[in-house]
Amino acid sequence: MQEKESKQVKALATRIRLGILDAIHSVGSGHIGGSLSIADVLAVLYGREMRYYPQDPKWEGRDRLVTSKGHCGPAVYATLAVKGFFPYEELLTMNKPGTRLPSHTDRNKTPGIDMTTGSLGQGTSLAAGMALSEKLKGSDCRVFCIVGDGEAQEGQCWEAFEFAAAKKLSNLVVLLDWNKRQLDGYLDDCLPMGDFVAKFRAFGFDTVKVNGNDVDELAEAIARTRKGGDRPYAIVMDTVKGAGIPEVEQIPMNHSIAVDDMQYAKWTADLKAQLKELEG
Amino acid sequence: MLKVVYNGEMDPRQGKTVTGKVIPELLANDPKIVYLDADLMSCIGTLKLAKGNDRVIECGIAEANMVGVAAGLAAAGFKPICHSFGIFSSRRAFDQAFLSAGYAKNDITILGSDAGVSAAMNGGTHMPFEDMALYSALPGATVIDVSDATCLDSVLRQCPDRPGVKYIRFSRKDYAKIYDEGSELQIGKAVTLREGDDVVIFACGLLLHEALQAAETLAKEHGISAAVVDCFTVKPIDREAVAAWAKKCGAAVIAENHNRFGGLYSAVSQVLLEEALVPAGCVAVEDEFGEVGPQKYLAQRFGLTAEHIVSVAKDVIARKRRGQEDAGTNA
Repeated sequence: MQEKESKQVKALATRIRLGILDAIHSVGSGHIGGSLSIADVLAVLYGREMRYYPQDPKWEGRDRLVTSKGHCGPAVYATLAVKGFFPYEELLTMNKPGTRLPSHTDRNKTPGIDMTTGSLGQGTSLAAGMALSEKLKGSDCRVFCIVGDGEAQEGQCWEAFEFAAAKKLSNLVVLLDWNKRQLDGYLDDCLPMGDFVAKFRAFGFDTVKVNGNDVDELAEAIARTRKGGDRPYAIVMDTVKGAGIPEVEQIPMNHSIAVDDMQYAKWTADLKAQLKELEG
Repeated sequence: MLKVVYNGEMDPRQGKTVTGKVIPELLANDPKIVYLDADLMSCIGTLKLAKGNDRVIECGIAEANMVGVAAGLAAAGFKPICHSFGIFSSRRAFDQAFLSAGYAKNDITILGSDAGVSAAMNGGTHMPFEDMALYSALPGATVIDVSDATCLDSVLRQCPDRPGVKYIRFSRKDYAKIYDEGSELQIGKAVTLREGDDVVIFACGLLLHEALQAAETLAKEHGISAAVVDCFTVKPIDREAVAAWAKKCGAAVIAENHNRFGGLYSAVSQVLLEEALVPAGCVAVEDEFGEVGPQKYLAQRFGLTAEHIVSVAKDVIARKRRGQEDAGTNA
């Protein structure tokens, strides 16, 4: 990316982080760690890579996103709100009675959400089915699927990956959020998953590893997947759970935490200062 | 057209003959149909489709993924039909059927072959007595226990266009011939196969044949007039037909190739409790796991027979008469 675009995407990532805080602070607590770790990839996807129209969220020609780690709805809602799929203020309704923004993403409730997820692992098969659909229809739409590193402990993920490789779903891009922590603590203490890059390669994916909180590295790796071919793509995103808010990063168990008024004020002030620097 | 031609004989068409004929026709006639299987195409006569059609998707032995992929295809407007043995189509892939398909409103049709004792030589590990209970608990699902070859043909053609998750359980082997070939059964509408006054037998699946034989024995040997109603749609149950026949006969037997919990007995009992409280009993698996053996042996072993239906029918009629006598005494 040119410097100007890079700054724009970084600014979008910062706005997404602000949206995550607005939504989670409004309801009191939520899945903040894993939402923050994917803010940068969402900024790259919605800032430059994916085709979509916020005014026509069901447009046939759009690229699709499946947030298989469905509990990170706050990050996706923040992205969609910033991009104008629905009014920004709606973020403050998250998880409140009658909301269109439930904790886990739901295709029947939220404009711009392409698939319902929540039972970990299931989004991978859904994404494979969606990618296969586009192939059957002869369309060039792509399907991006964000999978958690803890989620990859679910066997269904690997069924879906072997399927995607066998059916040559080169329009499928799996974005693995390797943030190294899960609800009960560090992945390596709960159930170590070994070398994700080697695993994806063994499963037949075109695989690269990038700094998943670096929009430039992400942009380059994702742009590479446009070339198609006969293999699905995996991008192992080396991320920090809670990325972008140092205090959250430093909380070891930051999967789902409360955000009080003091924290909210401090963290949003910091992010707004960054934004000012990026946007001038 | 709906014509009952039952005379006790078996239909030359087996369950797998029907799937092997209808699934290719559906694929040929509707470009939205996709057919997915988990390494069991040869079991239902569809292996001939495996090559040369990009809407036939062999998923390998990975049922959870198959149902998830089907749901993803449905989201793009396709009409997926998935097949595996009933145990895998239900237990193994139930969370996927529930959330990826049901909750997410991705409408798919799921076939579960080897219903109940028809799993026979595959034994207890492969014998679904609980599949209807699972799918009955999925909001908005349609649950069908196929009563004969024609019934399977008819529901297979209707299900892809029906909203929600549709679960069809069937035997890939022999069925008694109940309906004339080409008959159309309406999903959600029970079919009266035999009129009667003393007791009504509500049955589904392989127990229809037993119910019809039982009705014949009751008439000939016991002077009892038994109605027989085909409740092939277990959900949504035909409340109107169940209530009307229960009221007319005043006693009911429910017969199914399934655990007594969560299948037809549960569905009919709810209607009886709410609309027509009459003495009732069931012929079903008494909360047991399956086991290995020939289908005929297993039917005996689990009491899924005409003889057992006769015995339960006599029991519920006796209870009905005692009730009538008590009412008379009280008056």
